[in-house]
Amino acid sequence: MSLAARIAPLRHVAKNMRVDLDLIAGMIAPGTRVLDIGCGDGTLIAHLFRTKGCDARGIEIDMKEVTRAVARGLPVMQGDADIDLAHYPDGAFDYVVLSRTLQAVGRPRAVLRQMLRIGTRAVVSFPNFGHWLVRWQLLVRGRMPMTPTWDRMWYETPNIHPCTIRDFFDLCHAEGYAVERWLAADEAGHRAPWRRAPWLANLFGEQAVFLLRAKR
Amino acid sequence: MEQVLSPLAIAHQHVVFEEGLALDCGVHLPRLTVAYRTYGRLDAARANAVLVCHALTGDQYVAETHPLTGKPGWWEVLVGPGRAIDTERYFVISANVLGGCMGSSGPRSPRGEEGDGQALWGTDFPPITIRDMVRAQRRLIAHLGIERLFAVIGGSMGGMQVLEWAATYPDAVFAAIPIATAAHHSAQNIAFHEVGRQAIFADPDWQGGRYWQSGRTPARGLAVARMVAHITYLSEQALTRKFGRRVRAGSSVLGPYSDIFEVESYLQHQGSSFVHRFDANSYLAITRAMDYFDLAAEHNDDLASAFAGTKTRFCLVSFSSDWLFPTSESRALVRALNRAAANVSFVEIETDKGHDAFLLDEPDLARALSGFLAGCAEHARLA
Repeated sequence: MSLAARIAPLRHVAKNMRVDLDLIAGMIAPGTRVLDIGCGDGTLIAHLFRTKGCDARGIEIDMKEVTRAVARGLPVMQGDADIDLAHYPDGAFDYVVLSRTLQAVGRPRAVLRQMLRIGTRAVVSFPNFGHWLVRWQLLVRGRMPMTPTWDRMWYETPNIHPCTIRDFFDLCHAEGYAVERWLAADEAGHRAPWRRAPWLANLFGEQAVFLLRAKR
Repeated sequence: MEQVLSPLAIAHQHVVFEEGLALDCGVHLPRLTVAYRTYGRLDAARANAVLVCHALTGDQYVAETHPLTGKPGWWEVLVGPGRAIDTERYFVISANVLGGCMGSSGPRSPRGEEGDGQALWGTDFPPITIRDMVRAQRRLIAHLGIERLFAVIGGSMGGMQVLEWAATYPDAVFAAIPIATAAHHSAQNIAFHEVGRQAIFADPDWQGGRYWQSGRTPARGLAVARMVAHITYLSEQALTRKFGRRVRAGSSVLGPYSDIFEVESYLQHQGSSFVHRFDANSYLAITRAMDYFDLAAEHNDDLASAFAGTKTRFCLVSFSSDWLFPTSESRALVRALNRAAANVSFVEIETDKGHDAFLLDEPDLARALSGFLAGCAEHARLA
């Protein structure tokens, strides 16, 4: 199954898109070139253009969202990240953003590699499967967790590659990506004191945002 | 069918470039006439000009009653005051293409000085390319005192011109909107054109292309060409929706020699009304220009290099039921533009109306165009 089939049902994983986008925008420098993968109706792109003067563009698989974005005057193209990222030249962007989508793609590693090929930096956000409520439910009930973030049954979830914050650190290490910044937050976007300690963040953070750069 | 000659009788607004135009085929056209229309006002900075490029059988009468047919302008649904291409905001220009028959230099135009009587170009008119058409438009734009077009827009062959504008004069195009088009004409498209051309050649009234001398024009051949082409502009779903297998009222005789189905009389009407406004030699010249078009071939077979380093903002539009210029062709263009790291928007509009959808009232098309133009105006700091 392509990313195309997965992204659309994924949207309701992002309970509070606005919060996620604010956290992401906080990691992006003004006046830079940004590609937002799975940009929806272009909320982040519009935000980055208006508040930071970024040359922000987007790819979105859902044609209704694309039409809405273009009608808002935003540079968004209909496309499939699994296929279309390969057509961009190396280093075409300063940042490539993937918001709450990594856990749903068929080949997360390949998508990350493409992101850090076409962009100098990647901003990746994902819901944290290591959150205490997820762990608790699995431990006590012995069943797949059902939480406000992970709210679909195992047989119909688009989230086929969930990971924890510590898993993601490991992947970055294995792939040779430098983690320049990271943070964990709850669903309301509040950063908590535990956010600088990975193992605590992994227990209490409902979502994480990473800023990556490929090591030379 | 004598009215076919009448385009000559109408005075089209035009400009003459006495120095002529060097064509891709190597011939120097001694005298270039470009017929055109404009709508709206050019602003003080000369920054709000939008060039609308017409398709194979279109012309410069984009947003006004056509002087020959009396019908509304071919893009009045999109161009006009308060429309997606708002003539209260933008200065809209449209030129009859080189090779056309609405006043620009073409097979139907006088070979020598104006008013030289019967000495027309006819089949001696040199072969032209889409790039030649664009060069002629470039002359017009310069004549109007415009250095950079805010936007170039067109569907089908008009889209080919948009692509050629962006590739040939990248600094003169701030925004490009190629609609329902492709980087080259496909073998299938060439094949359909060839059927049309053969229909014209097979008409005894074509007379080797010198039909104006006898006053008899190859109207039957041209009508058949139009009928074939018209099928390619529609979709199976649209034909079924409009006509299905409905039989004409009053047709009772079963047989191969009478019109029975509604779709037949519809096509015949399309054919016969077309020959009153179009010249057969122009049709031959322009279909050839479309067939020749291959943007990648003009750039060492690398489509992306046609747009290398471009600053132009692109918006590509395709239609889901268009099988003449299918979405896959637009997507190939989008990928080439991605390889060139260009700024690209791309929408495929859901419709059952086929290729013709770009001429029709498609709300999503209007929304996408007006939104894209508004976004570009913001980036261009257009007042």
